[in-house]
Amino acid sequence: MNRLIADDVTLGYDQRVIAEKLSVEIPDNSFTVIVGPNACGKSTLLRALSRMLKPSAGRVLLDGRTIHSLPAKKVARTLGLLPQSSIAPDGITVGDLVARGRYPHQGLLRQWSGDDERIVRESMESTGVAELADRYVDELSGGQRQRVWIAMALAQQTPLLLLDEPTTFLDIQHQIDVLDLCADLHEEQGRTLVAVLHDLNHAARYATHLIALRDGKVLAEGPPLEIVTAELVREAFGIDCRVIDDPETGTPLVVPAARKARVAT
Amino acid sequence: MKALGTRATRTSAPRARALRTHGGVSVRFDVRAAVVVAALVVAALAASVALIGTGDFDIPAVDVIRTLLGNGDPGQEFIINDLRLPRVVVALLVGASLGLGGALFQSISRNPLGSPDVLGIGQGSTAGALLMIVIFQGSATEVAGGALVGGLVTGAAMYLLAWKQGVHGYRLVLVGIGVNAFAVAVNGYLLTKADLVDAARAVVWMTGSLAGRDWEQVWPLLTLCAVLLPLIVAHARPLRMLEMGDDTAYALGVPVERTRVVLMTAAVLLTAAATAAAGPVSFVALTAPQLARRLTRSPGPNLVPALCMGATLLVVADWASQRVFGADQLPVGVVTGVLGGVYLLWLLVTERKAGRI
Ligand SMILES: Nc1ncnc2c1ncn2[C@@H]1O[C@H](COP(=O)(O)OP(=O)(O)OP(=O)(O)O)[C@@H](O)[C@H]1O
Ligand SMILES: [Mg+2]
Repeated sequence: MNRLIADDVTLGYDQRVIAEKLSVEIPDNSFTVIVGPNACGKSTLLRALSRMLKPSAGRVLLDGRTIHSLPAKKVARTLGLLPQSSIAPDGITVGDLVARGRYPHQGLLRQWSGDDERIVRESMESTGVAELADRYVDELSGGQRQRVWIAMALAQQTPLLLLDEPTTFLDIQHQIDVLDLCADLHEEQGRTLVAVLHDLNHAARYATHLIALRDGKVLAEGPPLEIVTAELVREAFGIDCRVIDDPETGTPLVVPAARKARVAT
Repeated sequence: MKALGTRATRTSAPRARALRTHGGVSVRFDVRAAVVVAALVVAALAASVALIGTGDFDIPAVDVIRTLLGNGDPGQEFIINDLRLPRVVVALLVGASLGLGGALFQSISRNPLGSPDVLGIGQGSTAGALLMIVIFQGSATEVAGGALVGGLVTGAAMYLLAWKQGVHGYRLVLVGIGVNAFAVAVNGYLLTKADLVDAARAVVWMTGSLAGRDWEQVWPLLTLCAVLLPLIVAHARPLRMLEMGDDTAYALGVPVERTRVVLMTAAVLLTAAATAAAGPVSFVALTAPQLARRLTRSPGPNLVPALCMGATLLVVADWASQRVFGADQLPVGVVTGVLGGVYLLWLLVTERKAGRI
């Protein structure tokens, strides 16, 4: 059985139901990417998987146990989440912020161990923010800030890591850097990653497992090579396109139809 | 536990240092914050000695210290230990409670304006006290009790009104301002109902004064602080995490709602008890945390520095008012109000220059 499972969950806010009877399994040691149109419930699903949102029916299982019944810090040592948007406290430096990712591993008598220090430094190096360590977070560019938050999530050192749109705000080089980093974490350290991405081509290149959502339902899931088709893209996003082989990697490449072609039909 | 201090290393964060033992125990502290706290404690003690020496007739600092240490002359002993010391201890405790309560509230609401005096806890306490003064002609103790209950009821009302899947910063501030306006209206109404004697008593109470405070005010406040401080310290680390937003705090394993309820309750208790002891001393809760933070230059709630800053501010303000205007001529609340008002304007102007408002 896989470590992280949403079993028949109904998700919503107040009275509004966003997803009903949704079942999702995150394959162990996969790099799972979730795609889908805005407001289809991707972040909501991630929040449920990370115990932040309690399903009104069904349950989320972590290592076979209902995630809401587990102690908060224990969950936080197993599963990390980078939310879509976060707040940096006033006047905090990059080094301080990344160091806060160590919180679940700390306690009153273990406030800052040698491991903490090393892991924080490594996390900053691998996201390329080490030289920003003494800068204030509110004085950084959007892309730099995003990488700082990713460094914080990395510092949490969890075997399962959920990232909500980690590549927004980033230029193409840093998008690739972040995705490469995720691939490394997955391939070299055997961590399970789940990321929400909007770029279908990135998703197809990097994902080992792809989940396409629409209106709180899973349209398709599986390896990108098997499931990314023109029909799926039309069904999910309502646009016409061609799917060709990526000349670099052989993975599916989604090419939206030209405006003329779309207007004509 | 093995001895601390086997190794002190500079961490990746500026100024923060960690002490580690071979047994795996590690404690993190901020050097600058520690220096600030030490300096504030010294300042508070010095101001306390000066304040004890000030009055209808002045006593030199050397004599004050000698008497406090237990070998002064008997004539001064009575004046110092029985008349003036309790007032200073009340000032220290009230200032500390207001500073700490303010820091907690500002951190929970993630807003420098989210302090208990802006949010109506002070006015709520005042309503309770006025009710006792005007309607029941209560004793000093009953008035203090009324203030405590008034503050707690206001805090509970605010929490219930602002609560919607967790209290959020802005909602708390907006609801608090509404609650404050309501309490001000109630207080105005109570004042119009009062006869002259009660009204005069009420007005003195409402400015916040330390005159005539004795050991009776000290013990309840001291007990409360002794109970709440360990509780607050135990939740200080989760509170730091809360400043990054509920989602991130949750992801890091912080029990978000529990931390918030516990700390808000503690902050309301501290503020209400301080108000019960000295009246609604204005602006200490607002300014102390901000001043402390500017000194430590460290992010986070800065709880202990804010506590020390509150105590120092109040004692210094009381001493200044006695020096400048004569013994018990001007209630300390007027001084803190003036200082706090100037500070608030300065804050607004500089923040505006920095483009933050
Ligand atoms: N805190 C909330 N309270 C009420 N409704 C919410 C809340 N958060 C999200 N929603 C609603 O839930 C639905 C799904 O939102 P969600 O954030 O999961 O979408 P998403 O797929 O992540 O979209 P995007 O690609 O824009 O990030 C939306 O209709 C949104 O309005
Ligand atoms: Mg989203």
